[in-house]
Amino acid sequence: MVEKEYRHIGKSYLRKEGQEKVTGQAMYIHDLELPGMLHAKLLHSPHARAKILSIDTSKAKALPGVKAVLVGEDAPYLVGLYMIDKRIIARDEVRYQGEVVAAVAAIDEVTAEKAVSLIEVEYEVLPAVHTIDEALEGKILVHEDINDLDYMKGVFFPQPDSNIASWNTTKKGDIEKGFAEADLIVENEFTLPAVAHAPMETHVSVAQADPYSNKLKVWSSSQSPFTLRDMLAKAFNIPRKDIEVVIPYIGGGFGGKAGIHIEPLVAVLSKAAKGRPVKLKMTREEEFNQLPTRAGMRGRIKTGVKKNGKITAFQAYYDWDSGAYADYGVNVGKTAVYSGGGGYEIENAEIHSRTLYTNKVFSTAYRGFGHLETHWSVERQMDIIAQKLGMDPFELRMKNILKPGSRTLSGEVIYQHTGSPSECLEAVAKEIGWTGYQTKEERLEQFKTGKVRGKGIALLQKAPAMPTNTSTGAIMQMDEDGGVKLMIGAVDMGQGVNTAMAQIAAEELDIPVEKVEVSWEINSDKHPYDWNTVASKYTLMGGNAVKKAAQDMLRQMKEVAAQVFRAHIEELAHKDGYIYHIKHPDKKIPYNKLSRGYVFENGNAIGGPLISHGVYTASGLTNLDPETGEGLPALAWTFGAHGVEIEVDVETGEITVLKMASAFDAGKVINKKLVDGQVIGGVLQGIGSAILEGYKFSSDGTLLNPSFTDNKIPTAKDAPLEVVPIYIENEQVDGPYGARGVAEHPMISVPSAVGNALYDATGINFHSLPLSPENVALRIAENK
Amino acid sequence: MCGEHGNNCFVHVDSGLPPVGLKCVVNGEEIQACVDPTMTLLNFLRNELKLFGTKEGCGEGECGACTIIMNGETVNSCIILAVEADGAEILTVEGLAKDGELSILQQEFIKMDALQCGFCTPGMLMSARALLDRNPNPSEEEIKEALAGNFCRCTGYIPIIDAVKSAAKREREELK
Ligand code: FES
Ligand code: FES
Repeated sequence: MVEKEYRHIGKSYLRKEGQEKVTGQAMYIHDLELPGMLHAKLLHSPHARAKILSIDTSKAKALPGVKAVLVGEDAPYLVGLYMIDKRIIARDEVRYQGEVVAAVAAIDEVTAEKAVSLIEVEYEVLPAVHTIDEALEGKILVHEDINDLDYMKGVFFPQPDSNIASWNTTKKGDIEKGFAEADLIVENEFTLPAVAHAPMETHVSVAQADPYSNKLKVWSSSQSPFTLRDMLAKAFNIPRKDIEVVIPYIGGGFGGKAGIHIEPLVAVLSKAAKGRPVKLKMTREEEFNQLPTRAGMRGRIKTGVKKNGKITAFQAYYDWDSGAYADYGVNVGKTAVYSGGGGYEIENAEIHSRTLYTNKVFSTAYRGFGHLETHWSVERQMDIIAQKLGMDPFELRMKNILKPGSRTLSGEVIYQHTGSPSECLEAVAKEIGWTGYQTKEERLEQFKTGKVRGKGIALLQKAPAMPTNTSTGAIMQMDEDGGVKLMIGAVDMGQGVNTAMAQIAAEELDIPVEKVEVSWEINSDKHPYDWNTVASKYTLMGGNAVKKAAQDMLRQMKEVAAQVFRAHIEELAHKDGYIYHIKHPDKKIPYNKLSRGYVFENGNAIGGPLISHGVYTASGLTNLDPETGEGLPALAWTFGAHGVEIEVDVETGEITVLKMASAFDAGKVINKKLVDGQVIGGVLQGIGSAILEGYKFSSDGTLLNPSFTDNKIPTAKDAPLEVVPIYIENEQVDGPYGARGVAEHPMISVPSAVGNALYDATGINFHSLPLSPENVALRIAENK
Repeated sequence: MCGEHGNNCFVHVDSGLPPVGLKCVVNGEEIQACVDPTMTLLNFLRNELKLFGTKEGCGEGECGACTIIMNGETVNSCIILAVEADGAEILTVEGLAKDGELSILQQEFIKMDALQCGFCTPGMLMSARALLDRNPNPSEEEIKEALAGNFCRCTGYIPIIDAVKSAAKREREELK
């Protein structure tokens, strides 16, 4: 195949906003001040589950400088993405420690804080649901009204009189027959705790709500300008045209700022404060306590295999400890039924994914969207199976790996252009010099030195979890210098979408990248629609929309130029900022001469300002069959693999990641530098999940580590000594230039690879995350 | 305005305590003010001097987003009081570029793609600046040590470490 030469695609352009970010000019909502702006503070429930008997706000209201004090009765609005189950301020009952029970807006933060401290609440503490098993038992219901909750039907399946927010299933082939055919059946349980997204900028919003009309303006550190507008419209029952959402720079999201969070609360405060703008900035403690997490999960897996390693049956129960509200949690759970078997060909499968309500801080989307969790289970299970079969875990994987002609769990056929998991796995195995597990003797030799090394590999896959009709648009306008202003609905939170889209626009128009300005600060009144900046889907979808907008722009220019040249439009082409006649290339008009229409020598004008647009909508997607899980859930799979070498201190249990090789079938890399950034950053976030992070709760459901002191995230010292990103490019047929998304993927399967390397190093199989020094040291000591 | 310190005087009294006089130099500019004795230096810089480049990531001295350089040393400005800066010389991210030109360190941050969301970047730059000021040729270990108090959730640190390394090299070569 001849490689197509591109002018901009595949080039490592520097991010467009770099200068603003290194000079301190980049403005975030944290920095936003508006005339008359008030500051909000919140009162949180100290109990995991309790009845609110009474709330006395009289002292708070009497404090000078206080402009609004609200409790649940004052804000009778329900929100929810898929299950409409959450009040913006708790009413009658609290369901997790940290839930908001009252909110204050005052002239400054100190006054607001003081007012909060003057609110008196009387609770009757109730027994709570703390664990997955208690949730499944269903003796206590987190939502006693679960049968009456409104939800997205046909996609999610809440179970009556239970704590099961959704029970999704896959049934493929004949599971009984599959297990009967197996030579070996391996059963394991894997767990991992809830973790925090920990964006460096906490959630923060400013809202201004006109007290005399429906008009509402919200500035938010959010990934979801349009979903947010949608949810606000639904919650307040007001038309979308009355809501304006503005999103400038945001200080990290990772899924935690998708959907709707503190925005409606700030809106009602503003309305109550007679329309003065109100700012609510979460403290780091609130970020841990009140705002959603990645759910904890338990995976119980049973795999049947032949002696030769071929999987004959796969059964899994994934139970998600998803906290008090469903939010994105049910959709995370749903991914397990079409992706929870890993990147393998499985003929007979049965998967149950249950998203459970518990009395804990609730869960939401987090980079990887369920896949890090299910892959922790699947990829550890693969290694354990290999050990039992006495097989190289690389061979076992290759034996079962998805390849052209295979069908996924939901019945989708894999082609070469879907991407190649085996090429990824082979690449990382080669990069780390994988030759199979070390022997017992080699391990014992190493133990004498006090430090043991080991290698591990793991496969990964993910497809964006998106509604079947997900769509996006792009608007392009040409200026009088022949440059273009591009408006898209995606939020650039550092992943570099604006830079990548500028490259695509410049490629299509054949102009320098510097001539494309992607308009920052998304404003839902002005920018074109995009579903959400989530799911690593924008490169594919937005890239196509931008391509089409550029093509529409070229068509418009050619239409005018055709009149100027008295030629057919088919006879015109473009190059380097000109429209020219293909037979007479010296007949050419620069773009800038067409930007406001063309003016003939005598003054006659034709054409007009050049404004074009492009849209892209997912096509062919279906809801999954409720029983079998069959269907087409997403536009594109991205496959990948990690190979890791670690060193473990036998005494302290401390793991050092020496080298991480990470390969992804990106289809086509638009900007290597930016994608490298996603890989290196994602890998370290994965290492955080692997060895450091995790929520700890007391027996009464109180979060014990709501701060960076006790809920650590990786620092520079935890970075691997070396990360080697590798890109495989099997082009995606419907991707722009063949590209598909890779932003979330680097995080997936990092814990699995580290866990597998930990076995290689120590001979011990770990089933629970995090692989923290305490946990590792303890197991090593037990095994001595 | 308290009437004693002219235009540069700010009084924003939250605590009800009498305001305290404060003189310092911020990014080369002399500042005279009287402030609430309970106000943090971070709030003074942001809310009073309107220098919003310095960020707040935790307010508890844990994350380093608020790092500034005071008398040559990095400090977490969220956990020290404005009044402690009396007589001090302070450098914030806004003071790194000179005469409309980015410093070498800033240039290398851009070149190495040492930032994504950019929220940690101002604090990170200040920790790196202080390191290079006291050690123009730091080892990788020393860089990691110097940056260990600055969290970054986006980049995985490696590009930041690379940026500091190459800035150190360039500064040694170009700023003799
Ligand atoms: S804001 Fe000062 S250390 Fe986090
Ligand atoms: S660039 Fe986002 S936290 Fe560092």
